[in-house]
Amino acid sequence: MEVKILSARFDIADANKLEVAKKHGAYGTLEKLFTMEPAEVTEVVKASGLRGRGGAGFPTGLKWTFLPKGLDKPVYLAVNSDESEPATFKDRYILVRDPHMLIEGIIICCYAINSHDAYIYIRGEYIYQAKILQAAIDEAYAAGYLGDKVLGHDFRIDVTVHRGAGAYICGEETALLESIEGKKGQPRSKPPFPAVEGLYGCPTIINNVQSIASLPFILEKGADAYKAYGTEKSSGTHLFGISGLVKKPGMYELPLGLPLVEVVDKVAGGVRDGRTLKGIIPGGSSTPVLTAEEAQSVTLDYESMAAHKTMFGSGGIVVLDDTVDMVKLAENLVHFYYHESCGQCTPCREGLGWMLKILGAIIAGKGKAKDIDLLLELCDNIEMKTVCVLSAACTMALRSYLNKFRSEFEAYIANTASAQPVM
Amino acid sequence: MSNRAELMESGKPFAFDAERDAEFERLAKRYPSRDSLILPSLWLVQDQQGWISTEAIAYVADRIGTFASQVYEVATFYTMYHLQPKGKIHICVCRTLSCYLLGKQQIVDYLHNELGLKPGQISEDGLFSLEEVECLGHCGSAPVVQINGEFHENMSVDKLKEVLATLQSGGRS
Ligand SMILES: Cc1cc2nc3c(=O)[nH]c(=O)nc-3n(C[C@H](O)[C@H](O)[C@H](O)COP(=O)(O)O)c2cc1C
Ligand code: SF4
Ligand code: FES
Repeated sequence: MEVKILSARFDIADANKLEVAKKHGAYGTLEKLFTMEPAEVTEVVKASGLRGRGGAGFPTGLKWTFLPKGLDKPVYLAVNSDESEPATFKDRYILVRDPHMLIEGIIICCYAINSHDAYIYIRGEYIYQAKILQAAIDEAYAAGYLGDKVLGHDFRIDVTVHRGAGAYICGEETALLESIEGKKGQPRSKPPFPAVEGLYGCPTIINNVQSIASLPFILEKGADAYKAYGTEKSSGTHLFGISGLVKKPGMYELPLGLPLVEVVDKVAGGVRDGRTLKGIIPGGSSTPVLTAEEAQSVTLDYESMAAHKTMFGSGGIVVLDDTVDMVKLAENLVHFYYHESCGQCTPCREGLGWMLKILGAIIAGKGKAKDIDLLLELCDNIEMKTVCVLSAACTMALRSYLNKFRSEFEAYIANTASAQPVM
Repeated sequence: MSNRAELMESGKPFAFDAERDAEFERLAKRYPSRDSLILPSLWLVQDQQGWISTEAIAYVADRIGTFASQVYEVATFYTMYHLQPKGKIHICVCRTLSCYLLGKQQIVDYLHNELGLKPGQISEDGLFSLEEVECLGHCGSAPVVQINGEFHENMSVDKLKEVLATLQSGGRS
Protein backbone atom coordinates (compact mmCIF):
# COMPACT_ATOMS: atom_id res chain seq x y z
CA MET A 1 0.00 0.00 0.00
CA GLU A 2 2.91 2.32 0.72
CA VAL A 3 4.31 4.54 -1.98
CA LYS A 4 7.50 6.59 -2.20
CA ILE A 5 6.80 9.95 -3.76
CA LEU A 6 7.57 12.46 -1.05
CA SER A 7 9.51 9.91 0.90
CA ALA A 8 11.61 8.76 -2.05
CA ARG A 9 14.87 9.93 -0.43
CA PHE A 10 13.90 9.34 3.21
CA ASP A 11 15.74 6.04 3.48
CA ILE A 12 18.88 7.14 1.69
CA ALA A 13 21.73 7.73 4.12
CA ASP A 14 22.68 11.41 4.47
CA ALA A 15 20.01 12.59 2.03
CA ASN A 16 19.84 15.74 4.14
CA LYS A 17 23.22 16.65 2.64
CA LEU A 18 23.16 18.52 -0.64
CA GLU A 19 25.63 16.30 -2.43
CA VAL A 20 23.64 13.15 -1.71
CA ALA A 21 20.26 14.75 -2.34
CA LYS A 22 21.47 16.13 -5.67
CA LYS A 23 22.74 12.76 -6.76
CA HIS A 24 19.21 11.50 -6.22
CA GLY A 25 17.49 14.25 -8.13
CA ALA A 26 17.16 17.22 -5.79
CA TYR A 27 16.89 20.62 -7.48
CA GLY A 28 16.26 18.84 -10.79
CA THR A 29 13.21 20.96 -11.57
CA LEU A 30 14.85 24.37 -11.40
CA GLU A 31 16.09 24.62 -14.99
CA LYS A 32 12.56 23.90 -16.18
CA LEU A 33 11.06 26.26 -13.60
CA PHE A 34 12.87 29.28 -14.97
CA THR A 35 11.68 28.54 -18.52
CA MET A 36 8.07 28.74 -17.34
CA GLU A 37 5.89 31.74 -16.62
CA PRO A 38 4.96 32.06 -12.93
CA ALA A 39 1.25 31.75 -13.81
CA GLU A 40 2.01 28.51 -15.65
CA VAL A 41 3.53 27.06 -12.49
CA THR A 42 0.41 27.97 -10.54
CA GLU A 43 -1.73 26.32 -13.25
CA VAL A 44 0.21 23.07 -12.94
CA VAL A 45 -0.23 23.10 -9.17
CA LYS A 46 -3.93 23.82 -9.56
CA ALA A 47 -4.31 21.03 -12.11
CA SER A 48 -2.53 18.57 -9.79
CA GLY A 49 -5.35 18.92 -7.27
CA LEU A 50 -2.86 19.40 -4.43
CA ARG A 51 -4.66 20.45 -1.26
CA GLY A 52 -3.12 22.04 1.80
CA ARG A 53 -1.58 19.43 4.10
CA GLY A 54 -1.76 21.59 7.22
CA GLY A 55 -5.22 20.34 8.09
CA ALA A 56 -7.79 22.40 6.26
CA GLY A 57 -7.22 20.88 2.82
CA PHE A 58 -7.59 24.11 0.88
CA PRO A 59 -6.45 23.82 -2.77
CA THR A 60 -2.88 25.10 -2.86
CA GLY A 61 -2.78 26.56 -6.37
CA LEU A 62 -6.10 28.33 -5.86
CA LYS A 63 -4.81 29.95 -2.67
CA TRP A 64 -1.91 31.46 -4.59
CA THR A 65 -4.30 33.14 -7.04
CA PHE A 66 -5.83 35.16 -4.18
CA LEU A 67 -2.77 37.40 -4.10
CA PRO A 68 -3.71 40.87 -5.31
CA LYS A 69 -2.30 41.76 -8.71
CA GLY A 70 -0.19 44.79 -9.48
CA LEU A 71 0.64 45.80 -5.91
CA ASP A 72 4.00 47.39 -5.29
CA LYS A 73 4.36 45.74 -1.90
CA PRO A 74 6.56 42.69 -1.40
CA VAL A 75 4.92 39.27 -1.24
CA TYR A 76 5.95 36.93 1.57
CA LEU A 77 5.90 33.18 1.87
CA ALA A 78 5.49 31.66 5.34
CA VAL A 79 6.08 27.93 5.56
CA ASN A 80 4.19 26.37 8.43
CA SER A 81 6.39 23.93 10.28
CA ASP A 82 4.72 24.35 13.65
CA GLU A 83 3.45 20.76 13.64
CA SER A 84 1.84 20.89 17.07
CA GLU A 85 -1.58 19.26 16.63
CA PRO A 86 -1.48 16.17 18.85
CA ALA A 87 -0.91 13.00 16.80
CA THR A 88 0.81 14.89 13.98
CA PHE A 89 4.45 14.06 13.34
CA LYS A 90 4.90 13.96 9.57
CA ASP A 91 6.56 17.25 8.62
CA ARG A 92 9.49 16.42 10.87
CA TYR A 93 10.52 13.64 8.45
CA ILE A 94 10.78 16.14 5.63
CA LEU A 95 12.82 18.55 7.75
CA VAL A 96 15.32 15.94 8.82
CA ARG A 97 15.45 13.40 6.03
CA ASP A 98 14.98 15.57 2.96
CA PRO A 99 15.21 19.28 3.75
CA HIS A 100 16.39 20.01 0.20
CA MET A 101 13.02 18.82 -1.12
CA LEU A 102 11.43 21.53 1.03
CA ILE A 103 13.91 24.16 -0.14
CA GLU A 104 13.32 23.21 -3.77
CA GLY A 105 9.58 23.50 -3.11
CA ILE A 106 10.10 26.93 -1.57
CA ILE A 107 11.99 28.07 -4.69
CA ILE A 108 9.13 26.81 -6.89
CA CYS A 109 6.51 28.54 -4.75
CA CYS A 110 8.44 31.81 -4.48
CA TYR A 111 8.84 31.88 -8.25
CA ALA A 112 5.14 31.21 -8.82
CA ILE A 113 3.93 33.88 -6.38
CA ASN A 114 6.81 36.31 -7.06
CA SER A 115 8.09 36.31 -3.52
CA HIS A 116 11.68 36.93 -2.55
CA ASP A 117 11.47 36.29 1.17
CA ALA A 118 10.39 33.03 2.75
CA TYR A 119 10.17 32.39 6.47
CA ILE A 120 10.00 28.86 7.80
CA TYR A 121 8.22 28.89 11.14
CA ILE A 122 9.42 25.85 13.06
CA ARG A 123 8.14 24.82 16.47
CA GLY A 124 10.57 25.62 19.29
CA GLU A 125 10.89 22.03 20.46
CA TYR A 126 12.39 21.00 17.10
CA ILE A 127 15.88 22.11 18.10
CA TYR A 128 17.82 19.39 16.32
CA GLN A 129 15.46 19.54 13.36
CA ALA A 130 16.00 23.31 13.02
CA LYS A 131 19.76 22.73 12.96
CA ILE A 132 19.54 20.17 10.16
CA LEU A 133 17.25 22.48 8.22
CA GLN A 134 19.53 25.49 8.71
CA ALA A 135 22.56 23.45 7.58
CA ALA A 136 20.68 22.50 4.39
CA ILE A 137 19.74 26.13 3.79
CA ASP A 138 23.37 27.18 4.24
CA GLU A 139 24.42 24.56 1.69
CA ALA A 140 21.74 25.77 -0.73
CA TYR A 141 23.05 29.34 -0.41
CA ALA A 142 26.62 28.21 -0.98
CA ALA A 143 25.59 26.29 -4.10
CA GLY A 144 23.67 29.26 -5.52
CA TYR A 145 20.16 27.79 -5.17
CA LEU A 146 19.31 30.59 -2.76
CA GLY A 147 20.52 34.16 -2.54
CA ASP A 148 20.64 37.15 -4.85
CA LYS A 149 20.66 35.23 -8.10
CA VAL A 150 19.02 31.83 -7.90
CA LEU A 151 21.01 29.60 -10.27
CA GLY A 152 22.32 32.70 -12.01
CA HIS A 153 18.84 33.97 -12.87
CA ASP A 154 17.74 37.46 -12.02
CA PHE A 155 15.64 36.24 -9.10
CA ARG A 156 16.48 36.68 -5.41
CA ILE A 157 15.24 34.28 -2.74
CA ASP A 158 16.13 34.53 0.93
CA VAL A 159 14.98 31.86 3.34
CA THR A 160 14.96 32.46 7.10
CA VAL A 161 14.19 29.94 9.81
CA HIS A 162 12.10 31.47 12.59
CA ARG A 163 11.84 29.38 15.74
CA GLY A 164 8.69 29.33 17.83
CA ALA A 165 8.91 28.79 21.56
CA GLY A 166 6.20 26.41 22.68
CA ALA A 167 2.76 27.61 21.62
CA TYR A 168 0.43 25.37 19.61
CA ILE A 169 -1.63 28.38 18.58
CA CYS A 170 1.25 29.64 16.44
CA GLY A 171 0.32 26.93 13.93
CA GLU A 172 -2.78 28.99 13.18
CA GLU A 173 -1.71 31.04 10.21
CA THR A 174 -2.32 34.54 11.53
CA ALA A 175 -0.90 33.74 14.98
CA LEU A 176 2.15 32.45 13.11
CA LEU A 177 2.51 35.83 11.37
CA GLU A 178 2.15 37.68 14.67
CA SER A 179 4.87 35.48 16.09
CA ILE A 180 7.25 36.25 13.21
CA GLU A 181 6.52 39.92 13.79
CA GLY A 182 7.71 39.53 17.36
CA LYS A 183 4.41 39.40 19.20
CA LYS A 184 2.34 37.04 21.29
CA GLY A 185 0.77 34.35 19.14
CA GLN A 186 -2.75 35.73 19.10
CA PRO A 187 -4.72 35.10 15.90
CA ARG A 188 -6.02 38.04 13.90
CA SER A 189 -9.63 38.53 12.84
CA LYS A 190 -10.23 37.65 9.22
CA PRO A 191 -10.82 39.33 6.79
CA PRO A 192 -8.46 40.70 5.73
CA PHE A 193 -7.00 37.36 4.76
CA PRO A 194 -3.22 36.99 4.77
CA ALA A 195 -3.10 36.75 0.96
CA VAL A 196 -4.18 40.40 0.97
CA GLU A 197 -2.74 41.64 4.25
CA GLY A 198 -0.38 39.27 5.99
CA LEU A 199 3.18 39.54 7.23
CA TYR A 200 4.23 43.17 7.89
CA GLY A 201 0.93 44.22 6.29
CA CYS A 202 1.96 42.70 2.95
CA PRO A 203 0.37 39.95 0.85
CA THR A 204 1.44 36.60 2.28
CA ILE A 205 0.98 32.97 1.36
CA ILE A 206 1.07 30.46 4.21
CA ASN A 207 1.52 26.83 3.34
CA ASN A 208 2.30 23.70 5.27
CA VAL A 209 5.73 22.03 4.92
CA GLN A 210 4.27 18.98 3.22
CA SER A 211 2.26 21.09 0.76
CA ILE A 212 5.44 22.90 -0.30
CA ALA A 213 7.51 19.72 -0.36
CA SER A 214 5.00 18.19 -2.78
CA LEU A 215 5.81 20.79 -5.44
CA PRO A 216 9.06 19.37 -6.89
CA PHE A 217 7.35 16.08 -7.82
CA ILE A 218 4.40 17.90 -9.36
CA LEU A 219 6.61 20.17 -11.41
CA GLU A 220 8.95 17.42 -12.50
CA LYS A 221 6.43 14.74 -13.39
CA GLY A 222 3.41 16.89 -14.17
CA ALA A 223 -0.08 17.32 -12.74
CA ASP A 224 -1.37 14.06 -14.20
CA ALA A 225 1.39 12.02 -12.61
CA TYR A 226 0.36 13.44 -9.23
CA LYS A 227 -3.31 12.89 -9.94
CA ALA A 228 -2.55 9.28 -10.77
CA TYR A 229 -2.40 8.80 -7.01
CA GLY A 230 -5.42 9.27 -4.79
CA THR A 231 -9.02 9.88 -5.73
CA GLU A 232 -10.73 12.27 -8.11
CA LYS A 233 -11.15 15.02 -5.52
CA SER A 234 -8.37 14.06 -3.12
CA SER A 235 -5.39 13.59 -5.34
CA GLY A 236 -1.84 12.63 -4.54
CA THR A 237 -0.13 11.05 -1.60
CA HIS A 238 0.08 11.99 2.06
CA LEU A 239 2.48 11.30 4.89
CA PHE A 240 0.32 9.64 7.52
CA GLY A 241 1.37 9.39 11.14
CA ILE A 242 -0.14 6.35 12.79
CA SER A 243 0.10 6.19 16.57
CA GLY A 244 -1.69 4.93 19.63
CA LEU A 245 -2.48 1.33 20.53
CA VAL A 246 -1.28 -0.25 17.34
CA LYS A 247 1.45 -2.81 16.60
CA LYS A 248 3.59 -0.81 14.20
CA PRO A 249 3.14 2.88 14.81
CA GLY A 250 5.05 5.20 12.51
CA MET A 251 5.03 7.47 9.49
CA TYR A 252 3.81 5.96 6.23
CA GLU A 253 3.34 7.56 2.83
CA LEU A 254 0.13 6.40 1.19
CA PRO A 255 -2.01 7.51 -1.71
CA LEU A 256 -5.23 9.14 -0.55
CA GLY A 257 -8.41 7.11 -0.69
CA LEU A 258 -7.38 3.84 0.96
CA PRO A 259 -9.77 2.15 3.43
CA LEU A 260 -8.88 3.36 6.93
CA VAL A 261 -9.25 0.08 8.76
CA GLU A 262 -7.30 -1.83 6.15
CA VAL A 263 -4.47 0.69 6.52
CA VAL A 264 -4.48 0.29 10.28
CA ASP A 265 -4.42 -3.51 9.92
CA LYS A 266 -2.09 -4.03 6.99
CA VAL A 267 0.26 -1.09 7.20
CA ALA A 268 0.40 -0.56 10.94
CA GLY A 269 -0.09 -4.18 11.97
CA GLY A 270 -3.49 -3.76 13.62
CA VAL A 271 -4.47 -3.32 17.25
CA ARG A 272 -1.87 -4.32 19.85
CA ASP A 273 -1.95 -7.31 22.17
CA GLY A 274 -4.88 -9.01 20.45
CA ARG A 275 -7.30 -6.41 21.76
CA THR A 276 -10.27 -5.17 19.81
CA LEU A 277 -10.67 -1.85 18.07
CA LYS A 278 -12.79 0.68 19.90
CA GLY A 279 -12.35 3.77 17.79
CA ILE A 280 -10.05 5.78 15.58
CA ILE A 281 -9.14 9.44 15.68
CA PRO A 282 -8.70 9.97 11.95
CA GLY A 283 -6.64 13.12 11.48
CA GLY A 284 -5.20 14.71 14.60
CA SER A 285 -6.71 15.35 18.01
CA SER A 286 -9.28 17.88 16.82
CA THR A 287 -10.97 15.58 14.32
CA PRO A 288 -14.15 13.92 15.67
CA VAL A 289 -13.51 10.34 16.78
CA LEU A 290 -14.91 7.45 14.74
CA THR A 291 -16.36 4.39 16.45
CA ALA A 292 -14.93 1.04 15.34
CA GLU A 293 -18.13 0.47 13.39
CA GLU A 294 -18.04 3.84 11.63
CA ALA A 295 -14.38 3.38 10.81
CA GLN A 296 -15.16 0.30 8.70
CA SER A 297 -16.59 2.34 5.84
CA VAL A 298 -14.20 5.32 5.91
CA THR A 299 -11.52 5.89 3.31
CA LEU A 300 -8.54 8.19 3.79
CA ASP A 301 -9.65 11.17 1.75
CA TYR A 302 -11.29 14.53 2.38
CA GLU A 303 -14.70 13.53 1.00
CA SER A 304 -15.15 10.28 2.88
CA MET A 305 -14.14 11.93 6.15
CA ALA A 306 -16.66 14.73 5.60
CA ALA A 307 -19.38 12.21 4.70
CA HIS A 308 -18.69 10.55 8.07
CA LYS A 309 -18.99 13.92 9.83
CA THR A 310 -15.35 14.08 10.71
CA MET A 311 -12.30 15.60 9.04
CA PHE A 312 -9.25 14.45 7.18
CA GLY A 313 -7.15 16.88 9.22
CA SER A 314 -3.40 16.47 9.32
CA GLY A 315 -3.08 12.75 8.65
CA GLY A 316 -2.48 11.84 12.29
CA ILE A 317 -4.35 8.59 12.89
CA VAL A 318 -4.73 7.42 16.47
CA VAL A 319 -5.85 3.87 17.16
CA LEU A 320 -7.92 3.27 20.29
CA ASP A 321 -8.56 -0.20 21.68
CA ASP A 322 -11.11 -1.50 24.16
CA THR A 323 -8.95 -0.60 27.16
CA VAL A 324 -9.25 3.14 26.51
CA ASP A 325 -11.32 5.15 28.96
CA MET A 326 -13.03 7.64 26.65
CA VAL A 327 -13.90 10.00 29.49
CA LYS A 328 -10.29 10.35 30.56
CA LEU A 329 -9.15 10.63 26.96
CA ALA A 330 -11.63 13.45 26.37
CA GLU A 331 -10.33 15.18 29.49
CA ASN A 332 -6.76 14.83 28.24
CA LEU A 333 -7.70 16.53 24.97
CA VAL A 334 -9.71 19.33 26.54
CA HIS A 335 -6.74 19.98 28.83
CA PHE A 336 -4.56 20.39 25.74
CA TYR A 337 -6.80 22.98 24.11
CA TYR A 338 -7.41 24.81 27.38
CA HIS A 339 -3.67 25.02 27.97
CA GLU A 340 -3.01 26.24 24.44
CA SER A 341 -5.77 28.88 24.23
CA CYS A 342 -4.18 32.23 23.48
CA GLY A 343 -6.65 33.83 25.86
CA GLN A 344 -8.06 36.67 23.80
CA CYS A 345 -11.64 35.37 23.41
CA THR A 346 -13.73 34.87 26.53
CA PRO A 347 -15.70 31.81 25.26
CA CYS A 348 -12.44 30.00 24.53
CA ARG A 349 -10.41 31.10 27.54
CA GLU A 350 -13.18 30.62 30.11
CA GLY A 351 -15.33 28.05 28.34
CA LEU A 352 -12.60 25.45 27.83
CA GLY A 353 -11.57 25.87 31.46
CA TRP A 354 -15.12 25.33 32.60
CA MET A 355 -15.47 22.20 30.47
CA LEU A 356 -12.20 20.89 31.89
CA LYS A 357 -13.48 21.42 35.44
CA ILE A 358 -16.71 19.56 34.72
CA LEU A 359 -14.80 16.65 33.18
CA GLY A 360 -12.45 16.61 36.15
CA ALA A 361 -15.41 16.47 38.50
CA ILE A 362 -16.99 13.60 36.56
CA ILE A 363 -13.74 11.64 36.73
CA ALA A 364 -13.33 12.43 40.43
CA GLY A 365 -16.75 10.95 41.11
CA LYS A 366 -18.47 14.26 41.64
CA GLY A 367 -20.38 14.43 38.37
CA LYS A 368 -24.05 15.26 38.12
CA ALA A 369 -26.64 13.81 35.75
CA LYS A 370 -27.08 17.09 33.92
CA ASP A 371 -23.33 17.56 33.32
CA ILE A 372 -23.31 15.78 29.96
CA ASP A 373 -25.97 18.06 28.53
CA LEU A 374 -24.28 21.05 30.10
CA LEU A 375 -21.05 20.10 28.31
CA LEU A 376 -22.91 19.76 25.00
CA GLU A 377 -24.53 23.12 25.55
CA LEU A 378 -21.16 24.68 26.30
CA CYS A 379 -19.80 23.23 23.05
CA ASP A 380 -22.63 24.92 21.15
CA ASN A 381 -22.04 28.22 22.90
CA ILE A 382 -18.29 28.33 22.36
CA GLU A 383 -18.01 27.15 18.78
CA MET A 384 -17.73 29.76 16.03
CA LYS A 385 -18.00 32.62 18.48
CA THR A 386 -14.29 33.22 18.64
CA VAL A 387 -11.52 34.80 16.58
CA CYS A 388 -10.01 31.49 15.49
CA VAL A 389 -11.08 27.87 15.35
CA LEU A 390 -8.94 26.54 18.20
CA SER A 391 -12.03 26.53 20.38
CA ALA A 392 -14.00 24.66 17.72
CA ALA A 393 -11.16 22.17 17.36
CA CYS A 394 -11.77 21.36 21.01
CA THR A 395 -15.57 21.37 21.02
CA MET A 396 -15.96 19.33 17.83
CA ALA A 397 -13.75 16.66 19.29
CA LEU A 398 -15.38 16.71 22.73
CA ARG A 399 -18.88 16.58 21.26
CA SER A 400 -17.97 13.43 19.35
CA TYR A 401 -16.84 11.66 22.54
CA LEU A 402 -19.94 12.82 24.44
CA ASN A 403 -22.33 11.68 21.72
CA LYS A 404 -20.64 8.47 20.62
CA PHE A 405 -19.52 7.22 24.01
CA ARG A 406 -22.17 8.83 26.17
CA SER A 407 -22.73 5.68 28.19
CA GLU A 408 -19.17 5.88 29.53
CA PHE A 409 -19.78 9.36 30.84
CA GLU A 410 -23.09 8.21 32.27
CA ALA A 411 -21.44 5.27 33.96
CA TYR A 412 -19.04 7.56 35.83
CA ILE A 413 -21.96 9.69 36.95
CA ALA A 414 -24.17 6.71 37.86
CA ASN A 415 -21.41 5.25 40.02
CA THR A 416 -21.17 8.58 41.73
CA ALA A 417 -24.89 8.64 42.34
CA SER A 418 -25.07 5.07 43.58
CA ALA A 419 -22.17 5.72 45.93
CA GLN A 420 -24.14 8.46 47.61
CA PRO A 421 -26.11 7.51 50.71
CA VAL A 422 -29.85 7.25 50.18
CA MET A 423 -31.57 9.81 52.31
CA MET B 1 1.28 30.91 29.04
CA SER B 2 4.14 31.11 31.51
CA ASN B 3 3.54 32.46 34.95
CA ARG B 4 4.56 36.11 35.00
CA ALA B 5 5.14 35.83 38.72
CA GLU B 6 8.18 33.74 37.83
CA LEU B 7 10.09 36.74 36.49
CA MET B 8 13.38 37.03 38.35
CA GLU B 9 16.43 39.20 38.50
CA SER B 10 19.81 37.55 38.24
CA GLY B 11 21.54 40.38 40.09
CA LYS B 12 24.02 41.01 37.31
CA PRO B 13 23.85 42.86 34.01
CA PHE B 14 23.38 40.90 30.80
CA ALA B 15 25.04 41.24 27.40
CA PHE B 16 25.42 38.87 24.46
CA ASP B 17 28.80 37.19 24.23
CA ALA B 18 30.73 37.47 20.95
CA GLU B 19 29.13 34.38 19.37
CA ARG B 20 25.56 35.45 20.17
CA ASP B 21 26.31 39.01 19.20
CA ALA B 22 27.37 37.85 15.74
CA GLU B 23 24.24 35.72 15.40
CA PHE B 24 22.09 38.68 16.47
CA GLU B 25 23.67 40.87 13.81
CA ARG B 26 23.23 38.14 11.16
CA LEU B 27 19.53 37.85 12.04
CA ALA B 28 19.01 41.61 12.10
CA LYS B 29 19.52 41.63 8.33
CA ARG B 30 16.88 38.95 7.76
CA TYR B 31 13.80 40.87 8.86
CA PRO B 32 12.33 44.16 7.64
CA SER B 33 11.24 44.99 11.20
CA ARG B 34 13.48 44.91 14.27
CA ASP B 35 10.62 43.67 16.47
CA SER B 36 10.93 40.35 14.66
CA LEU B 37 14.22 39.91 16.52
CA ILE B 38 12.46 39.52 19.87
CA LEU B 39 11.85 35.76 19.69
CA PRO B 40 15.29 34.93 18.23
CA SER B 41 16.99 37.20 20.79
CA LEU B 42 15.24 35.51 23.70
CA TRP B 43 16.47 32.19 22.33
CA LEU B 44 20.00 33.57 22.24
CA VAL B 45 19.67 34.72 25.85
CA GLN B 46 18.42 31.34 26.98
CA ASP B 47 21.14 29.61 25.01
CA GLN B 48 23.78 31.73 26.70
CA GLN B 49 22.67 31.71 30.34
CA GLY B 50 20.02 28.98 30.51
CA TRP B 51 17.13 31.26 31.43
CA ILE B 52 15.76 34.74 30.86
CA SER B 53 16.41 37.26 33.61
CA THR B 54 14.73 40.65 33.82
CA GLU B 55 18.14 42.21 33.11
CA ALA B 56 18.30 40.21 29.89
CA ILE B 57 14.82 41.39 28.91
CA ALA B 58 15.92 44.99 29.39
CA TYR B 59 19.07 44.33 27.36
CA VAL B 60 17.13 42.74 24.49
CA ALA B 61 14.65 45.64 24.41
CA ASP B 62 17.54 48.07 24.30
CA ARG B 63 19.41 46.20 21.57
CA ILE B 64 16.31 45.97 19.39
CA GLY B 65 15.10 49.47 20.16
CA THR B 66 11.69 48.45 21.44
CA PHE B 67 9.81 48.67 24.72
CA ALA B 68 10.76 46.29 27.50
CA SER B 69 7.04 45.61 27.96
CA GLN B 70 6.89 44.13 24.47
CA VAL B 71 9.76 41.79 25.24
CA TYR B 72 8.10 40.87 28.57
CA GLU B 73 4.91 40.08 26.72
CA VAL B 74 6.70 37.64 24.42
CA ALA B 75 8.87 36.14 27.15
CA THR B 76 5.81 35.36 29.26
CA PHE B 77 3.53 34.14 26.44
CA TYR B 78 5.74 31.36 25.11
CA THR B 79 6.15 28.44 27.47
CA MET B 80 9.62 27.37 26.34
CA TYR B 81 11.22 30.53 27.62
CA HIS B 82 12.45 29.81 31.13
CA LEU B 83 11.89 32.79 33.40
CA GLN B 84 13.86 31.10 36.18
CA PRO B 85 16.92 28.85 36.21
CA LYS B 86 16.07 25.19 35.50
CA GLY B 87 17.76 22.04 36.72
CA LYS B 88 21.02 20.93 35.08
CA ILE B 89 18.96 18.09 33.68
CA HIS B 90 15.67 19.49 32.49
CA ILE B 91 13.11 16.80 31.76
CA CYS B 92 10.00 17.42 29.67
CA VAL B 93 7.49 14.57 29.59
CA CYS B 94 4.80 14.68 26.93
CA ARG B 95 1.39 14.41 28.59
CA THR B 96 -0.83 14.41 25.52
CA LEU B 97 -2.89 11.92 23.52
CA SER B 98 -0.59 9.18 22.18
CA CYS B 99 1.91 9.48 25.01
CA TYR B 100 -0.97 9.41 27.48
CA LEU B 101 -2.34 6.26 25.83
CA LEU B 102 1.07 4.59 26.02
CA GLY B 103 1.74 5.22 29.68
CA LYS B 104 3.37 8.60 30.18
CA GLN B 105 1.92 8.59 33.70
CA GLN B 106 4.27 5.79 34.77
CA ILE B 107 7.19 8.00 33.84
CA VAL B 108 5.79 11.00 35.69
CA ASP B 109 5.03 8.82 38.74
CA TYR B 110 8.55 7.40 38.72
CA LEU B 111 10.09 10.87 38.65
CA HIS B 112 7.78 11.91 41.45
CA ASN B 113 8.42 8.89 43.66
CA GLU B 114 12.13 8.40 43.00
CA LEU B 115 13.36 11.94 42.55
CA GLY B 116 10.65 13.71 44.50
CA LEU B 117 9.96 15.85 41.48
CA LYS B 118 6.58 17.27 40.67
CA PRO B 119 5.82 18.87 37.32
CA GLY B 120 6.94 22.48 37.46
CA GLN B 121 9.50 21.84 40.18
CA ILE B 122 13.26 21.84 40.42
CA SER B 123 15.09 19.49 42.81
CA GLU B 124 16.76 21.01 45.85
CA ASP B 125 20.27 20.24 44.62
CA GLY B 126 19.41 22.00 41.36
CA LEU B 127 20.20 18.85 39.37
CA PHE B 128 16.75 18.01 38.01
CA SER B 129 13.71 19.88 36.91
CA LEU B 130 10.52 18.44 35.49
CA GLU B 131 7.84 19.77 33.22
CA GLU B 132 4.82 18.07 31.72
CA VAL B 133 4.44 19.41 28.21
CA GLU B 134 1.98 19.05 25.36
CA CYS B 135 2.51 16.91 22.25
CA LEU B 136 6.14 16.97 21.11
CA GLY B 137 5.55 15.82 17.54
CA HIS B 138 6.94 12.32 18.07
CA CYS B 139 3.64 10.51 18.70
CA GLY B 140 4.60 7.50 16.56
CA SER B 141 7.30 6.63 19.09
CA ALA B 142 5.35 7.45 22.24
CA PRO B 143 5.86 7.90 25.08
CA VAL B 144 8.37 10.66 24.48
CA VAL B 145 10.58 12.61 26.82
CA GLN B 146 12.73 15.60 25.86
CA ILE B 147 15.76 16.06 28.09
CA ASN B 148 17.89 19.18 27.69
CA GLY B 149 16.42 19.55 24.24
CA GLU B 150 17.17 16.02 23.11
CA PHE B 151 14.33 13.64 22.24
CA HIS B 152 14.10 10.18 23.81
CA GLU B 153 11.51 8.00 22.16
CA ASN B 154 9.66 4.80 23.11
CA MET B 155 10.44 5.56 26.72
CA SER B 156 9.90 3.35 29.71
CA VAL B 157 10.89 3.80 33.32
CA ASP B 158 13.88 1.49 32.80
CA LYS B 159 15.09 3.38 29.76
CA LEU B 160 14.67 6.67 31.55
CA LYS B 161 16.78 5.41 34.47
CA GLU B 162 19.58 4.57 32.04
CA VAL B 163 19.42 7.93 30.30
CA LEU B 164 19.46 9.84 33.58
CA ALA B 165 22.37 7.78 34.90
CA THR B 166 24.41 8.53 31.78
CA LEU B 167 23.63 12.22 32.02
CA GLN B 168 24.49 12.34 35.72
CA SER B 169 27.83 10.71 35.12
CA GLY B 170 28.57 13.52 32.73
CA GLY B 171 28.10 11.52 29.54
CA ARG B 172 25.86 12.46 26.72
CA SER B 173 22.55 10.67 26.61
C1 LIG C 1 -5.25 26.10 16.16
C2 LIG C 1 -4.67 25.79 14.82
C3 LIG C 1 -3.44 25.15 14.73
C4 LIG C 1 -2.86 24.88 13.50
N1 LIG C 1 -1.64 24.24 13.46
C5 LIG C 1 -1.06 24.01 12.26
C6 LIG C 1 0.23 23.40 12.19
O1 LIG C 1 0.84 23.06 13.20
N2 LIG C 1 0.78 23.20 10.97
C7 LIG C 1 0.14 23.57 9.81
O2 LIG C 1 0.68 23.40 8.73
N3 LIG C 1 -1.09 24.13 9.85
C8 LIG C 1 -1.68 24.37 11.04
N4 LIG C 1 -2.92 24.98 11.07
C9 LIG C 1 -3.54 25.38 9.79
C10 LIG C 1 -3.03 26.73 9.34
O3 LIG C 1 -3.80 27.75 9.93
C11 LIG C 1 -3.11 26.90 7.83
O4 LIG C 1 -4.38 26.56 7.40
C12 LIG C 1 -2.12 26.07 7.06
O5 LIG C 1 -0.81 26.24 7.53
C13 LIG C 1 -2.18 26.44 5.59
O6 LIG C 1 -1.31 25.63 4.84
P1 LIG C 1 -1.86 24.57 3.79
O7 LIG C 1 -2.91 25.27 2.98
O8 LIG C 1 -0.67 24.21 2.99
O9 LIG C 1 -2.42 23.45 4.58
C14 LIG C 1 -3.53 25.25 12.31
C15 LIG C 1 -4.78 25.87 12.40
C16 LIG C 1 -5.34 26.13 13.63
C17 LIG C 1 -6.67 26.80 13.68
S1 SF4 D 1 -10.45 30.98 19.90
FE1 SF4 D 1 -9.04 30.72 21.61
S2 SF4 D 1 -7.04 30.44 20.64
FE2 SF4 D 1 -8.41 31.30 19.05
S3 SF4 D 1 -8.10 33.49 19.17
FE3 SF4 D 1 -9.80 33.03 20.56
S4 SF4 D 1 -8.84 32.70 22.59
FE4 SF4 D 1 -7.22 32.62 21.05
S1 FES E 1 1.37 12.91 21.92
FE1 FES E 1 3.33 12.82 22.84
S2 FES E 1 4.61 13.35 21.21
FE2 FES E 1 2.63 13.64 20.34
